Amino acid sequence: MQLFPCPFCGPRDETEFQFATEAGKALPEPAGDVSADRWAAYLYLKDNPKGVTREVWLHSTCGEFFLMERDTVTHAVIGSRAMGGEA
Amino acid sequence: MTARRISSHGAGRSIAFTFDGQALSGAEGDTIASALLAAGVRVVGRSFKYHRPRGIVGAGAEEPNAIVDVTLSGKTTPNVRATTEPLVDGMSVRSVNASPTAATDRAGILDRFASFIPAGFYYKTFLWPDWHLFEPRIRAMAGLGRLDRSHEPAAESPAINARCDVLVVGAGPAGLAAARALARNGESVVMVDDQDAPGGSLRHRHADIDGMPGVDWAEAIVAQLRAAGHTVLSRTTAFGVYDHGLVLLWQRRTGLPDALWQVRARRIVVAAGAIERPLVFPDNDQPGVMSAEAALVYLKRFGVLVSQRIVVATNNDKAYGVAAALHEAGAWVMIADTRPRGAVAPHAGVEVIHEATIDRVSGAQGVSSVTVSGRSIKADCLLTSGGFTPTVHLFCQAKGRLRLDETIAGFVPGDPVAGMAVAGAANGAFSLSRALAEGHATARGASEAPRASSPDDSYAIAAVWPAPRGKARQWIDLQNDVTVKDVALAARENFRSVEHLKRYTTLGMATDQGKTSNMNGLAAMAAITGRTIEETGTTTYRPPFVPVPFTVVAGRRRGEFFNPVKRLALENQHRAAGAVFREYGGWLRPGWYGKGKPADEIAREARQARETVGILDGSPLGKIEVIGPQAGAVVDYNSYQTLATLKPGRIRYGFMLTESGVIYDDGVVSKVADDHYVVSCSSGHVGGVVLRLEEWRQDRFDRRQVMVHNSTPEWATLTATGPRSRDLVAMLALGVDLSDEALPHMGFADGGFSGGPARVSRVSFTGDRSYEVSVPTGKALALHLAMMEAGRALDAVLLGSEALLLLRAEKGYIIAGKDTDGTTMPQDLGITGPRDRRAGEFVGKRSLFTENALRDDRQQGVGLTVADGEPPLPTGAHAVETRGGARRSIGFVTSSYQSPVLGRPVALALVERGLSRMGETIEFVHLGATRRATIAPVCAFDPEGTRIHG
Repeated sequence: MQLFPCPFCGPRDETEFQFATEAGKALPEPAGDVSADRWAAYLYLKDNPKGVTREVWLHSTCGEFFLMERDTVTHAVIGSRAMGGEA
Repeated sequence: MTARRISSHGAGRSIAFTFDGQALSGAEGDTIASALLAAGVRVVGRSFKYHRPRGIVGAGAEEPNAIVDVTLSGKTTPNVRATTEPLVDGMSVRSVNASPTAATDRAGILDRFASFIPAGFYYKTFLWPDWHLFEPRIRAMAGLGRLDRSHEPAAESPAINARCDVLVVGAGPAGLAAARALARNGESVVMVDDQDAPGGSLRHRHADIDGMPGVDWAEAIVAQLRAAGHTVLSRTTAFGVYDHGLVLLWQRRTGLPDALWQVRARRIVVAAGAIERPLVFPDNDQPGVMSAEAALVYLKRFGVLVSQRIVVATNNDKAYGVAAALHEAGAWVMIADTRPRGAVAPHAGVEVIHEATIDRVSGAQGVSSVTVSGRSIKADCLLTSGGFTPTVHLFCQAKGRLRLDETIAGFVPGDPVAGMAVAGAANGAFSLSRALAEGHATARGASEAPRASSPDDSYAIAAVWPAPRGKARQWIDLQNDVTVKDVALAARENFRSVEHLKRYTTLGMATDQGKTSNMNGLAAMAAITGRTIEETGTTTYRPPFVPVPFTVVAGRRRGEFFNPVKRLALENQHRAAGAVFREYGGWLRPGWYGKGKPADEIAREARQARETVGILDGSPLGKIEVIGPQAGAVVDYNSYQTLATLKPGRIRYGFMLTESGVIYDDGVVSKVADDHYVVSCSSGHVGGVVLRLEEWRQDRFDRRQVMVHNSTPEWATLTATGPRSRDLVAMLALGVDLSDEALPHMGFADGGFSGGPARVSRVSFTGDRSYEVSVPTGKALALHLAMMEAGRALDAVLLGSEALLLLRAEKGYIIAGKDTDGTTMPQDLGITGPRDRRAGEFVGKRSLFTENALRDDRQQGVGLTVADGEPPLPTGAHAVETRGGARRSIGFVTSSYQSPVLGRPVALALVERGLSRMGETIEFVHLGATRRATIAPVCAFDPEGTRIHG
């Protein structure tokens, strides 16, 4: 059972969190200008890296989405911070 | 075996119990195993596969044979380890895998056929001739204890959360030295040990530490720790290490239910000791062949001398001390040492045979003689010590890597794991002074290590590993009946990796998880394949270290607590009115009212609601407030239908889509003001809708300009629906103008009720004129009372969820997730306007224009009619078409009811190209039966929609 650091609430049990998405994926728009390939990549293609990854998580208990950097191999959490307009 | 209780012990109170129906007695402080030994019981169970008679081997968690079912106060607990379970007065103990008793098991004859059922036997039957020929027999024969279906233990095991600087696992010399030093360094300590008292090996191997007897030293340290506020838990097993320093503990408590501890530790000290492994030789599974160290435990802790004539077979010096103690206790003892010489002299009166081989043991249902180096020796007990295997499980669970230490002939922890230290025998430090030093060193810079004043026992092992010996059966895994020959067979058939060996032969896969057998098994594989032990490697260690009861793991999260339902404020009122409750979308709601046949009651409610007025508890419907200057932008972006043009006081129906364009939910949005909207979604989707609104609010909009608040639980909603609904609401005197000009369909107005606010919304899920009346939850009771009172004059009826589902199906109103699936898009329900005309962005827009979304063979929502007099179609029945002789599914029935007002069935379905097939009759198949139905518009009742204003 991992401990994740919510930037607002501090370290909490992983059961309080939900994964949202990999960080750095901007929504392509306007819809009319987005190619099918680009849209499919946005919806379905994930990097799923082995090692360090940046992700957006939701702390369900406080309702805030935030950025977290962690290692998918060791499960070490490198850090987290509130979203500052980018993801 | 001529085991007996020696006089210096056994002063404790006598405890009566039975084993396989035979009345026996033990002494206070006994385990089941020590009591059975003292009572002279040799055969305690039958082996898993061949039903061979087996006796007690060990004295702790490693025991492979002595698994028993225990009945106490009429409750049977299966598969209890006799070596760790305290004896209790009145216990009825039964051997497992044996019938009628362990001594006279009928299936014992199976062993004669052993050569026909070697390792991997049933895997081979998958290929030839046929697994199904063997499966029923094998399933009936296999298995351990019997489950008592009448015994459902209460869900009362608590989960206890704790945290500490250091968790010390094991209260032997190393663990105690560690806890003592860590506590002196000012760190908070939790120390756990699976025994009933601290001391570990000090309890059976006497030594003086810091000038006092070892057990007194142990108790003094525990007393000091407790006095300083640290936690010391006995009869508690640390069974699993998980991420970020979480360790789970299983605590057995006297007179209380077992507890699960969830401990977060900054650091973990593993001082879990070591387990003696057996020597392997022909027929080494005979009852009477035991671990030497276990015999010492039984002697020193329980006063049980395992036999009067004992051969001790060993490859190390540790067993010499065992032989001496047994001899002193009055037994005749001979040592069979596989080494040319030992490092210690034998006790006077104990004969030693050096460079000994154990050729075989003889006896029926128990050892009666042992052949050592060709010499037959009369003895009814053979103790063996093949060395000690460090208990590295927790270190390995934490992803630690092992290295082979040739000097102790065992795997020890290799490179350290962050946050974990391993000390003492678990680290291969088998001498007392090294164990104390290693434990002490886990606290950096602590003063004054404890000092052993007695000389260390020597170990001086010369490894002896199992190797094939002709036709003889040499047992490696006693619990799963795996022999050296089985390992050789696995190697021959190329299952050479230890992981393959494990699965092919089931070596180490029994409930003991190979604590006494894994090391011998992999060493045998190494010898057979000509590799080193290190090259062969170990299998992966996974939690739990010992079997932990599900009752402990589940704790109180069972039954209603497993997934608690949400409850209505008016539950008691509904119950008093005869409601039968069912769960709908996580809420416990009235399904229908009355004691009659459910279908009749539901039909009665539905019919009457169409005639007069129905009263329905709609409180679970979502009420999500979106407030702020950007509130309109947030709800509009999350809606398929445009909301920007909505006027204050008005309501609009719409879909919420996923980014894939699929309908996630449908509901209505009320506009209170330009900066205030209320989103009313399906009751089961409230959490999900809040999340979606929040996600976009935080990701796309200015979060300081809009906020989202789920106010669902703050309001109670009672809905009046039917021709007399306005009359009923009028009698509530809410101060709201109910004329259709002031409050038209899809409008709302605010009034007051009982000194608080009230909101009346004209939204209909039945197709009839309807009013949703919402008041603060605290006023629910008053509103219910007022509405029931008003309803009496109007012949109102209480409407349960089932009748509501029926009424809405007559109208073709969908339930998202029931009448839609994970592919349904708005155009599949014929609602294409926003897709075709709406400018600007909204969630899921791009997905509505993909190649897949534009296909003309998509499944579309339609209604169905059946021929006169036919019953309703089964929900879930598949629409099929036959083309070129092949039948395939083209859709399915999503909702189906018998309509009381129409006097015929109504149904909704998703069918390929359904919207262009109106009037077409197609086939539906369900559980082998075929029906025919005609595709029709979704709305079967009042298609002109006049009743909504009527």
